[in-house]
Amino acid sequence: MSLEGAIAAHRFGLGARPGEIDSASKSPKAWLLAQIDRPADQPKSVDGQPLLNAGQLLKLETEFRVDKFMSKTGATKDNPKPVKVQNVRKEQYMRELGARYALGFTTERPLAERLVWFWSNHFTVSSHAQAALYVGAFEREAIRPHINGTFEDMLFAVCMHPAMLIYLSNYRSIGPGSMAADKTGKGLNENLGRELLELHTLGVDGGYTQADVIAMAKLLTGWSTYADRPNGFGFYANKHEPGSITLRGKTYPAGWDGGVAAIRDLAHDPATARHVARKFAQHFIGDDPPVASVSNLEKTFKDTRGNLHALAEAAVNDPAAWTPEPKKMRPPIEYVTAAMRLTAWPHGAAGMQQDAQLRRLVRASQQMGQMPFAAPSPKGWPDDSDSWTGADALFDRIEWAKEVGNSMPATANAIAIAEQGLGPLLRSATKSVMATASSQGEALALLLSSPEVMRR
Amino acid sequence: MNTRRSLLKTMTAAGALAVWDAPIRYAFAGVPTDRRLVVVVLRGALDGLAAVPPHGDKGYAAMRGQLALDKTGPAGLHDLDGFFGLNPGLTNVKAMYDAREVLIFHNICSPYQNRSHFDCQNVLESGGAKPHIVNDGWLNRALTPMGLATGTGAVAVDQAPPLLLSGPVRTTSWMPAVMPEPDTAFIAKVKQLYAGDPALSAALTGAVDLQAQVKAGDDDPYAMNANHKAAYGNLVPLFAGAGKLLADPNGPRVAVLEAGGWDTHVQEGASTGNLARRLQALDQALDAMKTALGPAWSKTVVVMATEFGRTVKPNGSGGTDHGTGTAAYVLGGAVAGGHVRAEWVGLNPAVLKDGRDQPARTDLRALFKGVLAEHMGVSQAALGTTVFPDSGNVTPLKGLVRA
Repeated sequence: MSLEGAIAAHRFGLGARPGEIDSASKSPKAWLLAQIDRPADQPKSVDGQPLLNAGQLLKLETEFRVDKFMSKTGATKDNPKPVKVQNVRKEQYMRELGARYALGFTTERPLAERLVWFWSNHFTVSSHAQAALYVGAFEREAIRPHINGTFEDMLFAVCMHPAMLIYLSNYRSIGPGSMAADKTGKGLNENLGRELLELHTLGVDGGYTQADVIAMAKLLTGWSTYADRPNGFGFYANKHEPGSITLRGKTYPAGWDGGVAAIRDLAHDPATARHVARKFAQHFIGDDPPVASVSNLEKTFKDTRGNLHALAEAAVNDPAAWTPEPKKMRPPIEYVTAAMRLTAWPHGAAGMQQDAQLRRLVRASQQMGQMPFAAPSPKGWPDDSDSWTGADALFDRIEWAKEVGNSMPATANAIAIAEQGLGPLLRSATKSVMATASSQGEALALLLSSPEVMRR
Repeated sequence: MNTRRSLLKTMTAAGALAVWDAPIRYAFAGVPTDRRLVVVVLRGALDGLAAVPPHGDKGYAAMRGQLALDKTGPAGLHDLDGFFGLNPGLTNVKAMYDAREVLIFHNICSPYQNRSHFDCQNVLESGGAKPHIVNDGWLNRALTPMGLATGTGAVAVDQAPPLLLSGPVRTTSWMPAVMPEPDTAFIAKVKQLYAGDPALSAALTGAVDLQAQVKAGDDDPYAMNANHKAAYGNLVPLFAGAGKLLADPNGPRVAVLEAGGWDTHVQEGASTGNLARRLQALDQALDAMKTALGPAWSKTVVVMATEFGRTVKPNGSGGTDHGTGTAAYVLGGAVAGGHVRAEWVGLNPAVLKDGRDQPARTDLRALFKGVLAEHMGVSQAALGTTVFPDSGNVTPLKGLVRA
């Protein structure tokens, strides 16, 4: 086991499963790059039920609303409590989360998952709005196919996905000069137009005005949901703002083509390269990455016209990413994942038992402050160590580590887990404190509380 | 699973509390102040025209359209002074206003106005004139001139302190929890693990202190299901918990809370709509905090502010888009209240910012500075330099606190 192998499995991966550091050690960079030579894997539900596509989910939502309406109006004096309609949103959401967690705990392509999680956070959709039903499909359909492709393709997939169109209200946005505005009296909604410029592409200092926000929103009018297609997307010409539209000094043609051309320009704008490079460096290299690391990623993004495989490769090949001391506090989902990988999940559980176990693990990361697909705003989860080192959140991690320790069989060997999972990253101080534990369970709880598992 | 409540009972019966090895650090020697300050960040841009409707303005009904609140009837707005009113959801705040415990400022905004949630929250919390030029929070920098730099004088009711309370002075964070807790011997071992890691050590010590304080003599530890999303859900346990922490004579003097759910791009609603319901949740939480504070309410000032306001007219989806000016709120037993203060210019599009947003006529920093000066005794010199850098030209508002 080499130090570089351990760093590869932790800084670029999700924490090492038994044997993983050995595999990584032969050629750590090649081990990482081989994981991202194709789109990310698709998660599979633990209960065997299919994970539905966006179009199917739109239909399901319609059925759900009808059922709910009927159950309410069906209440009479004689029958005050009609049969409760099963909440399909929650059911689908929990099924998606379980599948996503199980894949993270077991994947042999952890860098691919890290990229999925990074881009999912960059293009945040959150279950806080009406989008809960679609957030899992969003990651499967808009993010996973593109982690080794281009930023432009991913951006289009994001802008056309029902989850984003619903989360940032664009499906309701109507061009003020359109036919639909005349009929309905409804109009423009700036939400997606603004966040597309501010968060997804240029960045807040990327050079745009309030007039550009309105122009972008107009370019996106008519981009909405359509249940009869698998991707759930439809363009509604009657809602689209008529005429050519000027964004950042450039005039775009009327209709569908205008929005497409504008998004394409944004994907390749130098400000987008700068914005994305900085976030990428912060994620993989450190909270305050060296200027050279950021500019190298920025150059790579520009030179390759936003090739995301090349971007990841540049980060992997950056010497600044390979220093032995940990760079970042793991966010809760990564922390729970690392603990489950170190302890070789699924711990003997299968079927419904495994499903229940996954739900508890989702709740655990929620308690620590991070519920998947539930970031507090379109900006996504914070990506700096301080945000995840709060007193209460740390205490919750330690409480949970104790729970995990308590549930491990007495025959488990915590020191062996530590040596396999951390290799040369295991500190002698941690080993000596673990040696004072009164049980294997307590030793494991101490391992999972240690700085080398909290950080990466 | 053990709840905190049942665990607490067992531990108290066994006398186990005494073995918490970290001393409770709130035992200030000669506490510098008995005044309490609460700052609530309303994340997401609360529509000030919905919370504090200027129903007497001649342009109100026409400009607000479907968002105009009913003036009368069972869900009618609460009139304050014949011109301004309160949203029907703010029933408890109305009662506080009638008791002269509420001051409202209208047409107020932070000094940086670009309609970005994230930039404007950064300015609101950092106290800089522009985003990202100051790296920590104004409330943390104010703790030293308040005399609260030693011990842990300030708590964030959150999983980690937000930017507002981040900075050089040690603070801590607290949330109602649901999991059982590890024993003290185990915590001592974890402390050994963190011997070389100052950030993790400090976080752990802070958590242990506060858990001990909340438990001491407590028969209702708010053992309910809360999580990071809490600021978007039930606010009552968070606000009641803050009140309880502040009520303790040896407890913290400053608390920070967050409440979200204000980014009403879609179906904002009027008298009984989505925003009215969310305001009602905030109203109930404020009442729960007042109750938990008990006699300490008379020494308390609560400041609530949001990063910017929203468009005056509804957007195309029955909501409002990002705007500029809005309202800010000062509540508490120590407040010289019973007024709405505003440099009001009407709602005519000619006077609106860019013809669309409520204008900003008062700098939020003037309000924060006034509260810090009058209530917490922070000097003008500190306010204009360390607390709000380069803000010498922003005069603190006066007459906020009862003499």
